[in-house]
Amino acid sequence: MADTAATRPEQVTEAALARYTLRIGDDALVLAQRLCQWITRAPTIEEDLALSNIALDLVGHARTLLALGGRLDGTGRTEDDLAFLRTEREFTNALLVELPGGDFARTVARQLAYTHHAVLLYGALAESTHQELAAFAVRAAKEVAYHRRHADDWVVRLGLGTEESARRMRAGLERVWPCTAELFEEDPLVRGLVASGAVPAPGPLHERWRQEVAAVLDRAGLPLPAPKWHATGGRDGLHTEAFGPLVAELQSVRRQFPGGTW
Amino acid sequence: MPVAEVARRVGEVPDPELPMIGLGDLGVVESVAVADDGNLEVAILPTFLGCPALPAITASVLEVLARCGHPEGRVRQVLAPPWSSDRISERGRAALAAHGIAPPAAPDAPEPVRLGLGTPCPHCGSLATRPHSAFGPARCQSMLHCAGCQETFPLMTAM
Repeated sequence: MADTAATRPEQVTEAALARYTLRIGDDALVLAQRLCQWITRAPTIEEDLALSNIALDLVGHARTLLALGGRLDGTGRTEDDLAFLRTEREFTNALLVELPGGDFARTVARQLAYTHHAVLLYGALAESTHQELAAFAVRAAKEVAYHRRHADDWVVRLGLGTEESARRMRAGLERVWPCTAELFEEDPLVRGLVASGAVPAPGPLHERWRQEVAAVLDRAGLPLPAPKWHATGGRDGLHTEAFGPLVAELQSVRRQFPGGTW
Repeated sequence: MPVAEVARRVGEVPDPELPMIGLGDLGVVESVAVADDGNLEVAILPTFLGCPALPAITASVLEVLARCGHPEGRVRQVLAPPWSSDRISERGRAALAAHGIAPPAAPDAPEPVRLGLGTPCPHCGSLATRPHSAFGPARCQSMLHCAGCQETFPLMTAM
């Protein structure tokens, strides 16, 4: 009995951390899938390379995080098991990343929101008490900083471009902004992990995020959207209609050729 | 074969995407050492977390280990310390430049280094170069254009 009591808190923390790593790993994986849909459809070949290279980095982040989650939760699931064999309801990404890409401006608006969030989150996770997660975050923070520059440049270019590009940029921001607050939601899982020092408190990150994106939008001559509602449910596996087809496409090859390697 | 000699050979394995430079000069070999179970273990730092060359790198290193008499040798990916372009050796930088890839800013360059600012053209040496695309043929490269010789060339991104 004494043994069980002594080991239980540790197990609870690892299981909780596993759920957290799956959340942010799913964010990266699903956003990568969305960005890949631009391949051969981007405005220029340079942009095709940019979006696909960003997606490649995000797949790398997802692989590391899902593999870590599978080890921490004790199920022994591999990154592939988690990416390709879970059902729609088992994915816990934020709804922001699953929204259809829309036009290029909407994709840029989402990149603005996600990359500023990711730089702040990974920067803070670099101080995590969990060494493996911290090592990942140090490395990933540099990569998302590069993606952030790409997003910032496009927001400014489209905002200050033509009347049409600015109109589209405003529309893109209006569409994705209600889904941004979910990235900073604090539920009992997050609170527990914050208390243990494994993950940063989302509140201060949200405040810094607001200031940073407002500064970029200001440079771009674009208004900061002020949505009257915010989307939620992704962390509990409740997704939008657009998510089913995305997961089906993501998993189609694995489901047609179970266990296939090449 | 002594471990130091195995390490030297591992360091000479060419990078799959940048074959003019060895893994050692690229700074991705963190250590070559005998693990607790007596087998040789090579610790590799991925340049980028999603680097598609990692499986090829692992296979090449395992092949070298086997040839050196360590068929049970292992390759382990580690994330700490994080790889950075500062780990590329002087010899590695020279090899990149000789093959038309501008090396990343040196470790002691002032921060922050903006993309391609003042990067000399690897073909003609002109400093009249400007960024063309932040993303290039491989994840670790961006593209610059030289107003001197009108060539477009890749720059190994400082990371």
